[in-house]
Amino acid sequence: MASIQINHLTKIFGQPKDVEKAVEMLQENKDPKEIGLETNTTIALNDVSFTIEDQELFVIVGLSGSGKSTLIRCLNLLNQPTSGQVLIDNQEITFLKKHGLREFRRKRVSMVFQHFGLLSHRTIIKNVEYGLEIQGVDKATRKEKALETIEIVGLKGWEDKKPHQLSGGMKQRVGLARAIVTEPEILLMDEPYSALDPLIRREMQNELLTLEDYINRTIVFITHDMNEAFKMGDRIALMKDGKIVQIGTPQEFFSNPADDYVIDFISDVDKTQIFKARNIVRKDQLIVNMDESRQEVLAKMNERKVDVCYVVDDKKIYVGQMSKENVAKSRLKTIDKLIVHIEPILRNTYLKDLWTRFENYDENLPVVDSKGKFRGVLSKDDMIAVLTQ
Amino acid sequence: MFNFPEQLIYKISEFIDIGVDWILANMRGLFDFIRLIILNIFDGTEFILTAIPWWAYLIVLFIAGWRLYSIKTGIILSIMLFAIGMFGLWEMMIYTLVIVVISVVVSIIIGLPIGIFMAKSKRLEKILKPILDAMQTMPSFVYLIPAVMLFGLGKVPAVFATSIYAIPPLIRLTYLGITNVNKEVVEAGLSFGSTPMQMLTKIELPQAVSTIMTGVNQTTMMAMAMVVIASMIGADGIGAEVLIAIRRLEVGRGIQAGLAIVFLAIILDRVMQGVVKKFEGSV
Repeated sequence: MASIQINHLTKIFGQPKDVEKAVEMLQENKDPKEIGLETNTTIALNDVSFTIEDQELFVIVGLSGSGKSTLIRCLNLLNQPTSGQVLIDNQEITFLKKHGLREFRRKRVSMVFQHFGLLSHRTIIKNVEYGLEIQGVDKATRKEKALETIEIVGLKGWEDKKPHQLSGGMKQRVGLARAIVTEPEILLMDEPYSALDPLIRREMQNELLTLEDYINRTIVFITHDMNEAFKMGDRIALMKDGKIVQIGTPQEFFSNPADDYVIDFISDVDKTQIFKARNIVRKDQLIVNMDESRQEVLAKMNERKVDVCYVVDDKKIYVGQMSKENVAKSRLKTIDKLIVHIEPILRNTYLKDLWTRFENYDENLPVVDSKGKFRGVLSKDDMIAVLTQ
Repeated sequence: MFNFPEQLIYKISEFIDIGVDWILANMRGLFDFIRLIILNIFDGTEFILTAIPWWAYLIVLFIAGWRLYSIKTGIILSIMLFAIGMFGLWEMMIYTLVIVVISVVVSIIIGLPIGIFMAKSKRLEKILKPILDAMQTMPSFVYLIPAVMLFGLGKVPAVFATSIYAIPPLIRLTYLGITNVNKEVVEAGLSFGSTPMQMLTKIELPQAVSTIMTGVNQTTMMAMAMVVIASMIGADGIGAEVLIAIRRLEVGRGIQAGLAIVFLAIILDRVMQGVVKKFEGSV
């Protein structure tokens, strides 16, 4: 559980005295580029504010020099912000010092790097163990956890190899395993797939989307590739010159681009290769548990004024759905006989592959993740709207 | 008119002499203590190295050359060592080796921490860089004078002067190795919440190890060069042989001793570089 709130974050690189001068000049509303030249500083982030929701896959996209790498490094204080706040679950982290900072980095956040940042003198398993090792976790436990994680990222059998014996894609799997083995709430990914060749990149992107269902983390993902941004992101922030140009869901970028820069940026994005069920899923649905009574369910449906409700089990796995009509006219005490199961859609399915499901069907379809958890519904109208924009 | 005006001449040598005299007068005990320690270590090391039979050296060197490079290298290196013995310089070679080994160990004990601190502190870096430059341009003979003043004549001042002379490359390369660790690797270490000590022992030193080994190699070569000069203050070994040859103008004897030094230097260099390469291969 971790939301990230960023308030008026500014980061200026340079000698302390020059930075002070630059801050003053920024407050006088001078042009940042001129300030940079005049004071010999680099204004990497200029008054950035936004919020990342819990368990969101949030993508920050921009060209090199736009400040995206600086921004992600402010979230684990590899860069100390010049001014502004970073709140994680409403707790300020920018003031953290030595011990507090170490604890924060050890337990709550971890990072995946563009060029992997692996320890070349250690074997794969020792690399993955690193985060646990420095926390003082005992040998047996950390080995067990590391092996488990290595298996999750698909590197079983490679534990005792050294990083230089692995291909780029495999190295980044190690980077990912190392980052998730400590079970952090927040996963920071700094252009993790930019150094990989296109085929491997696509494979890794899809794997991360599937993996995301199992690890339930807030993920902040950085890229310079708009296609990748739209493919991965629940929401996207487009950055330019240390400022956010636009922030929103992929379809918001297409339906309502903020300015010419955004239009330019999204011009060669192939929509059919991007939009997945998850991008337009309607999350706000009435969800009921299997062991609720019919009366309870009916009351809830009346209260929310909905015609359909969705039934899940204790683990939030989709079981089926019920129409209000059926619930109202039934005389039963329980609801299990009233549940109608409709084949759900995986949330990472591309919309282009879903046309057949809607051919003779106009109702909303349930959407689940790869574990089967109910995530919302997909409406035919939304789908047509997005693809014909 | 053309000569430097006499009124402006102001020699700093007197002050240095006063300083050294003061140190001698007040810290005699400390230097006697250091002298005693080095002497004991020297005798111990010499005892061990002379206890090993000559053929064992040849076999070990052959195997090392073979494992690190090839059979050919192993054979060439052992022939070189054999030649030193053939020249009648075996005992002197062992003596020289003892001075070099102890000097290098002393250099590592002092130089490694200095190099680490230098990498960590910008201020120390600014102070040390010009000092290291000065140390490397200072004529090597100059180191003999304080050595003799503090420790008298013999092997102890030889070890002292050799260590001081040979230490700069080790400090430099330790510093270089640590500051050159890949930026992302350092960031990775920090992002998992490593303490400064964990950063040093688990990331920076292991990543810098091959650079540091190169430093040890260079320090050894410097020590080899100095150990000959140290014969002027009474250290025995192959250097003394060269000194005698110079005094008596015995060309053959001089070249023979010179060759022995070259052979010893090549052997040490090849073996150490081979070890460095093995390290790099595994990293």
